[in-house]
Amino acid sequence: MMQVSDDQKTAGSEPIESGAPAIDIQRVTKSFGTQRVLDGVSFQVRRGETLAVLGRSGTGKSVLLRIIIGLQTPDSGAAMILGTNMAEASDAAISEVRTQMGFLFQHAALYDSLTVEENVAFPLIHHRKEMSESDRRDRVSDLLKEVGLEGQGNKMPADISGGMQKRVGLARALALSPVILLLDEPTAGLDPISSGEIDELVLKLQQEHQLASIVVTHDMISAKTIATRIALMDKGRVVIEGSFDDLQKSDEPFVSQFLHREF
Amino acid sequence: MLEWFGDLGSFVWSVLCAAVTPPFQIAEFVKQLDEIGAKSFPLVALAGSAIGVVLALEAYSSLVRFGAKSLLPATVIFSVVTEMGPIITGLIVSGRVGAGIGAELAAMKVTEQIDAIEASAVDPEKLLAATRICACIIALPLLTLVASFFGVLMGWVATSFLEPISLVRFVNDGFKGASFKDFLPPTFKTCVYGMIIGTVSSYQGMRAKGGAIGVGNAATTSVVLSSLFVILADVILVKVILLIFP
Repeated sequence: MMQVSDDQKTAGSEPIESGAPAIDIQRVTKSFGTQRVLDGVSFQVRRGETLAVLGRSGTGKSVLLRIIIGLQTPDSGAAMILGTNMAEASDAAISEVRTQMGFLFQHAALYDSLTVEENVAFPLIHHRKEMSESDRRDRVSDLLKEVGLEGQGNKMPADISGGMQKRVGLARALALSPVILLLDEPTAGLDPISSGEIDELVLKLQQEHQLASIVVTHDMISAKTIATRIALMDKGRVVIEGSFDDLQKSDEPFVSQFLHREF
Repeated sequence: MLEWFGDLGSFVWSVLCAAVTPPFQIAEFVKQLDEIGAKSFPLVALAGSAIGVVLALEAYSSLVRFGAKSLLPATVIFSVVTEMGPIITGLIVSGRVGAGIGAELAAMKVTEQIDAIEASAVDPEKLLAATRICACIIALPLLTLVASFFGVLMGWVATSFLEPISLVRFVNDGFKGASFKDFLPPTFKTCVYGMIIGTVSSYQGMRAKGGAIGVGNAATTSVVLSSLFVILADVILVKVILLIFP
């Protein structure tokens, strides 16, 4: 099982050392009013690893992803992403880190006034200005092919299924060749076959691009398929972190209840 | 309420900083100029035409009573250009554009599209709010000219049915004694209306919460507050213009 780090790095941006974790969450806490959703959460994720974060609804899993991408700030603790503390960095530093991260939102969050092709091209238009239009079109075409949506570029998000929207969201998240991939409930609302297809796609992308990935999910089967490690959260804390076998061997009542309920 | 104004002030400052720092979102600005300006043209032209007709008919009956029907062209033209054209344009645009911006940005907010823009390391205030506000500021004076043109034209048409008069004579009589301060300041005060409409509706949209209800509330409050602030601004600006150009 993974040991929780005791480091107290709260400085701003630091150069990422070779072998250092791409994501280093250090005792992060977050409350909304009187409700504490994250209570001293710590873990690390290196390139090539996929950490699945599971837990009951309302245990702060999605808030954790939002803190990592910098959409929310923790009340205390540090979110060191590629050497930058997202809680304390400047807007420019946060933007720089974000260009190295891809985020798949729970409902894909596609821009509904843009076509599929324009959605995937969006990060390239804003961050790869040196790219010619034909190079950008080729890149978008390659990305859509990679997620199995070749030829769908002219469709609008409202005209495609939920599973296809997730694939477009994935393609958009990969547009800038990120080092880190964050997925918020990638199989939520999908039928079992579509869920399996998304799992296979995420696994393939992870193996090809050696990303540091965090997947927030309720789907134990999905977690077992794509994750190298699983962190189970309850009441804002990580109850257990390790492989699926470690979870099965655990004596913790909550872990047993969670596993058996899922199965 | 104080909290609302404080948050609005913070939003305005943030958007202003975003608007003046590169990279500039020129493509989005042009797109919004078309959406806000060009697509409001028919409605504003129609409203201006209606105002011109109504003014001509109402003013004629009053002026005849006082034996001053020769003042009809000047009454119609001055009323349209100095006040009715600008305020009607402001209210029409706050209804059409205010609701559109408020609803669009609110829908983007509740479906996490604005978060997705931010997660893509693009400043949503620069891309969405600043472009719309700048487009409103540019479009309002241009649309006011449209409303004034059609108001004068249709005012002449209505007048011709009451007392036949050529367009040339109508315009010459109407503009007799007019000067710069009668026309340009009232037209450019609509830049302030545009800033109000763009700012209030962008703010309401980008702060929306609560799904479909939140979208509806954002659209409604955008229209109501924009219209209210446009009217209040008109009261203040009329006084300011009269002070600066006595």
